[in-house]
Amino acid sequence: MSTTPLLALRGIAKRFPGVVALDGVSLEVGRGEVVALCGENGAGKSTLMKILGGVYQPDAGDILMDGQPVRINHVTDALRLGIAFIHQELNVLDNLDVAANVFLGREPLRGPFKLIDRKKIHADTEPLLKRLGLDISSRTRLDKLSLAQQQMVEIAKALSLNARIIIMDEPTSSLTLTETERLLQLVCELSEQGVSVIYISHRLGEVEHCADRVVVLRDGRNAGQLPQADVTHDRIVGLMVGREIKSFYCAPKAPPTAGVFKVRNLRSSRYPAQAVSFDAGQGEILGFAGLVGAGRSELAKAIVGLDRLASGEVALGGERLSVGDSRAAIQRGIYLVPEDRRGEGLVVGMTVRENVTLASLRRFASLFLIHRDRERAVADEQIQSLSIKTPNAETRVLNLSGGNQQKVVLGKWLSMDPKVMILDEPTRGIDVGAKAEIYRLMRALAERGTVILMISSDMEEVLNISDRVAVMYEGEIAGVLARADCTEENIMQLAVGKKIAAAKPAFANSSPGFE
Amino acid sequence: MKKEIGISVLLFVLCAVTTLLNPKFISPVNLTNTANQIGMYGIFSLGLGLVIITGGIDLSVGSMIALCGVLLSMMLTEWHWPWSLAAAAAVLLPMLLGWVHGTLITRMKIQPFIITLCGLLIYRGLARFIARDDTKGFGNAEGFAILRDAAKGKLLGLPMPFVLLIILALIMWFVLHRSIYGRYLLAVGRNEEATRFSGINTRRVIASSYIIAGMLTGISGILFAFYTNSVSPSNHGNFYELYGIAAAVLGGCSLRGGEGSILGILIGTALLQVLQNLVNLLGIDSSLNYAVMGTVVLIGVLADQVFQARAAKKLMRH
Repeated sequence: MSTTPLLALRGIAKRFPGVVALDGVSLEVGRGEVVALCGENGAGKSTLMKILGGVYQPDAGDILMDGQPVRINHVTDALRLGIAFIHQELNVLDNLDVAANVFLGREPLRGPFKLIDRKKIHADTEPLLKRLGLDISSRTRLDKLSLAQQQMVEIAKALSLNARIIIMDEPTSSLTLTETERLLQLVCELSEQGVSVIYISHRLGEVEHCADRVVVLRDGRNAGQLPQADVTHDRIVGLMVGREIKSFYCAPKAPPTAGVFKVRNLRSSRYPAQAVSFDAGQGEILGFAGLVGAGRSELAKAIVGLDRLASGEVALGGERLSVGDSRAAIQRGIYLVPEDRRGEGLVVGMTVRENVTLASLRRFASLFLIHRDRERAVADEQIQSLSIKTPNAETRVLNLSGGNQQKVVLGKWLSMDPKVMILDEPTRGIDVGAKAEIYRLMRALAERGTVILMISSDMEEVLNISDRVAVMYEGEIAGVLARADCTEENIMQLAVGKKIAAAKPAFANSSPGFE
Repeated sequence: MKKEIGISVLLFVLCAVTTLLNPKFISPVNLTNTANQIGMYGIFSLGLGLVIITGGIDLSVGSMIALCGVLLSMMLTEWHWPWSLAAAAAVLLPMLLGWVHGTLITRMKIQPFIITLCGLLIYRGLARFIARDDTKGFGNAEGFAILRDAAKGKLLGLPMPFVLLIILALIMWFVLHRSIYGRYLLAVGRNEEATRFSGINTRRVIASSYIIAGMLTGISGILFAFYTNSVSPSNHGNFYELYGIAAAVLGGCSLRGGEGSILGILIGTALLQVLQNLVNLLGIDSSLNYAVMGTVVLIGVLADQVFQARAAKKLMRH
């Protein structure tokens, strides 16, 4: 390896309104080197890679290729420099064949009518497929291929662009075990052929397996790096955690009544092989931690019956309720504040009043005709008690800020006397003041006897709000931590699939309500 | 409400201009005739508007009207069914077809455009086959004069279809603007996912809008059959769905769903019929009929877009 690294990032900084995403991050990648990039949700990995891919411009810092400073203002600049990005969600056109995808946007033309030189693109694609060990024809339509094969086509495209660095963002998240092995093998082969790889993955096993070096980010800064010999699970986690966390935990006034809400062997359609069981008590806030994609939102949707194919058992106060029936869940007072506020939580084109009453319209009607004055009264009540900042109840939700929109979703369910509230990323994209209000509200609800389940990817939130934390990994609950054991370290260990002693089972086996 | 005011102004101006150019416009005969047309077209347009509000579309209206007309004539004059039974059948059949459309759209997740396009072709074909492509009429209405008079007669000097339209529009106004179901319709049209997350059976809401549209189409179908008094299965009701869509869009319904009002659909229908009337009265070549209508819809939609863009700009400045 020559002395100048192929790629060097020096002191990269990037601010977004309200957050510092990257603060002086450096990264070097040698020729043919496989560098794994690790870090918690929000540590800055994606932002850094987007800067490298030309999606964002850094506020400060230098990018050097072969020791020469370069500017990457656009995706095409990155491609020209030989940087290719394989995204988590594949960017392929599945109605076209392999060769058409590989040469998309730069098709060689021929003849007086400037038609695509089909012979040439197929002739050029075949050797690439061979190089990747792919046993498919360049004339296969993409929708005939598995996800893993489609990903290979993206890699083939990168190679045809003479990529020198390939960035892979969570490349194995939707691959089977054998496909994953094949991909890891390919990463090694690419590295032998002199192509560098930046590998982003939450799966530390894979990182241990293929990385020449591991670089860890934390809170938008370099947390440290490990040479191949030192790469172990514990060392990586050790670097990932350890951020400074402000503590503002406020314990419940009374100990919770255990086991009021029970979930047994719940299987979501996304993770049909994993059965989830847990107990939650009245008066407690049970946090759900885990890395993005661990199956937490899927679990929430299965509980409230929005996943029609879900199976398992859910019981509230000893009474079973039918799974896969969202109306039954709502009738029993089990509500979900979904992660996608604008897509799933609100009809943004409607007014605050109409949104607050949407799920309980029958209460406001006699003979099927709605009494707007009654609706108005309840909406005004929620606007007051949640201090929703809106001109009035007739304002369209579309015109409110994120925090106030979230309060409208909360108002909808609070007006319906919740027994169980599941909040999925309740404070994402919300300003600090509104956050604190939502936390206070959750605590107040718990004190009033509502079972609160809070899904959050914000470590600070998980540690400060939850009375217990259930950590999910690959669709399962990896373990539950009691308040005393809730440390960032413990949560991270469980979140990356490691067993630890402090983890408690998610439920008591001898539970009434189930035979 | 702004949209309704906008096209009301347009309607008023159009009426005024037509009157100035040809005072016959406000003659009782002409007004009665125009009201009659507005009644017949308005009734099915209300149903179509409801479907459009859910974010769907129904292209089968015209063919359904042909099928209804053919069957109604045959039931009354050839099979000699009691008039009440025949009328009920003529309304129930489109409701059943609407149910089939709604079910296929919500359960099989096929686009409404495709399902109802198939309907358009199938029902037209059936109507022609059943009638052996013969024009069907009602003769001297022996035994069902009551039904004919109910469809063609007058009440308080107003043509029956217009009276029916007013009654149905009043009912539909309560349904859409005051009932739980109406709120669900608007919510589903704006964001089906969020509506489902609020525990509402969105499939049922959507499917039922096609059934209601079927019912209103059936009623219109009876009126049209008696109005023309000769149902030619190959062209009776041709393009009527497009009149309905045009009326709904002019009246402020968005084809993206979630937006629209009964009043708007009514004014939209009236506007289209007055336009037709204008073409006749001003001696414009009747072959230009569709071109005039298309131009007015285009202008209406463009004007609306311009006003919206302006309103959005104003909002940004605040």
